[in-house]
Amino acid sequence: MEDVIKLHYVVPGDDFTRAGAASGDVKRTLKQLGISPAVIRNVSIAMYEGEINMVIHAGGGEIDVEITENGIKMALADKGPGIANVELAMKEGYSTAPDNIRNLGFGAGMGLPNIKKYTDDFRIETAVGVGTTLFLNVNIQ
Amino acid sequence: MSILFHSVRLDAEKCQGCTNCIKRCPTEAIRVRNKKAYIISDRCIDCGECIRVCPHHAKYAVSEHFNELVKYRYRIALPAPALYGQFNNLENVDYVLTGLKKMGFDDVVEVSKGAEILSSATREMFESGELKKPVISSACPAVVRLIRTRFPNLLGNLLPTCAPIDLAAKIAREKARKETDYSDEEIGVFFITPCPAKRTAISNPLCHENYGISGAIAIKDIYPVLVQTMDKLKTDEIENINDSGIIGVGWASSGGEAAGLLKERYLAADGIENVINVLEELENEKLNDLDFIELNCCTGGCVGGVLTVENPYVAKARLQRLRKFMPVSCNRLDDYFTIDDLGWTKELTASPAMKLADNVITAMRMMSRLREIESSLPGLDCGICGAPSCRALADDIVRGYAQETDCVLHNIQVGGKDDWLPAPFRMKVQNEESGDKNDS
Repeated sequence: MEDVIKLHYVVPGDDFTRAGAASGDVKRTLKQLGISPAVIRNVSIAMYEGEINMVIHAGGGEIDVEITENGIKMALADKGPGIANVELAMKEGYSTAPDNIRNLGFGAGMGLPNIKKYTDDFRIETAVGVGTTLFLNVNIQ
Repeated sequence: MSILFHSVRLDAEKCQGCTNCIKRCPTEAIRVRNKKAYIISDRCIDCGECIRVCPHHAKYAVSEHFNELVKYRYRIALPAPALYGQFNNLENVDYVLTGLKKMGFDDVVEVSKGAEILSSATREMFESGELKKPVISSACPAVVRLIRTRFPNLLGNLLPTCAPIDLAAKIAREKARKETDYSDEEIGVFFITPCPAKRTAISNPLCHENYGISGAIAIKDIYPVLVQTMDKLKTDEIENINDSGIIGVGWASSGGEAAGLLKERYLAADGIENVINVLEELENEKLNDLDFIELNCCTGGCVGGVLTVENPYVAKARLQRLRKFMPVSCNRLDDYFTIDDLGWTKELTASPAMKLADNVITAMRMMSRLREIESSLPGLDCGICGAPSCRALADDIVRGYAQETDCVLHNIQVGGKDDWLPAPFRMKVQNEESGDKNDS
């Protein structure tokens, strides 16, 4: 039997004060497991970006994390507006964030590109009006 | 791990076994056992927060008593710049420095001198581009220990140099060797310290050997005698000792070290909670546009040290006034050292204190159990079990240091009998006789 730790988080929408709580908890858990700093860094950066995206664009969502000795799998699902043009959204600097979000220092158009950069597997399922789910994987060598 | 030296200690007689300190410890290093606080040695970073919050003064910091001076033939004081902020109506730092000599020190070398040399060295290191940005200051020993315990990912960002006190000690020793005939053993070099973390760093330096510091005397211990001595000083007795300026003395309060780098893209945070928040942001690479990050565990910086006597804001205001009449800086790196003289000689490694187990599979099984136990606990974080939170108790249980029965509420089932509990913990008030009265 493979050992697996499953974590589940509900990310509330429109609450910036709580954004980062889920990725913070995962970071803390991975540190206690003795996972290498490089892996922890990749997971927490990717997940934090995803969490922020959920708050900015989708009114919150849910995150499932599975930790095994081989890697960390994350599924970030929201029921937000969906992404009309994924190719464009993956471009660095492209952003649909409104001004009030940009004023907070977010919405630089680096969210999705950064998530891809810091993960080993990156898959996105999205439908306009239905929502978006990111499937991410960071390997442990 | 018990061989580690810690300056923060417990006076068991005074300890009442309350939960104040366990709640405030940034590394969850304290538990209550047998009605007394117990410090987990390899987690403690000697920040002194527990000393600050203990209402019974049961936590204290080990430092040298003034009487220690008699052991040495030649005595040198290394006053931290925070000391200058402790006195009312002080116009001239030389009053303090001459006072120290009158008290029994043969020589005085200001730590702010070491600070100016370090500022100058750091500026050079930035120029040469060898530093990993954002560079985190390594001057606060509690911050360095916090990073190796909770943020090992950031060890590579720490400024790899010794601290101002180390440079002051080197200069003081060298000067004494030249000017006197005493052997190194006959010369005592004492740091006048604002905090316990710096005392710990003398006995247990993490990144280099001890540069000849014999001990540390707490500012609060030396203060009463020093004030009296200073009061008796006549104007013509005042010696011309002060040899540091605005930059060096500025290190005493938060932002001073960063300002000394003459750079704009810096951040200075103080107070342990704020420091932790900044380190979290740094770990998530949210602060990559900064060059330098100055972190001080104490509120206000070293002037807020738990061994000082004055409120940190008052001390800071006084220092601002004192600095006004000083030159910008009196010391440069090449006057005394080369960059190589102040680098680290030992590798700074991560502390494994928070890790559940060395083997990942074992750690994962422990983590699964930890989460299971945590979800069965009431989540009140009341501290009655002796751990700071339900999560910390679950952590202790999987490590074998506690049992589930340590939680007074662990047997309570939803809807079960709870009338034996104190009112705040009962599901609802079931007192039929007085119930109506309470409604009216």
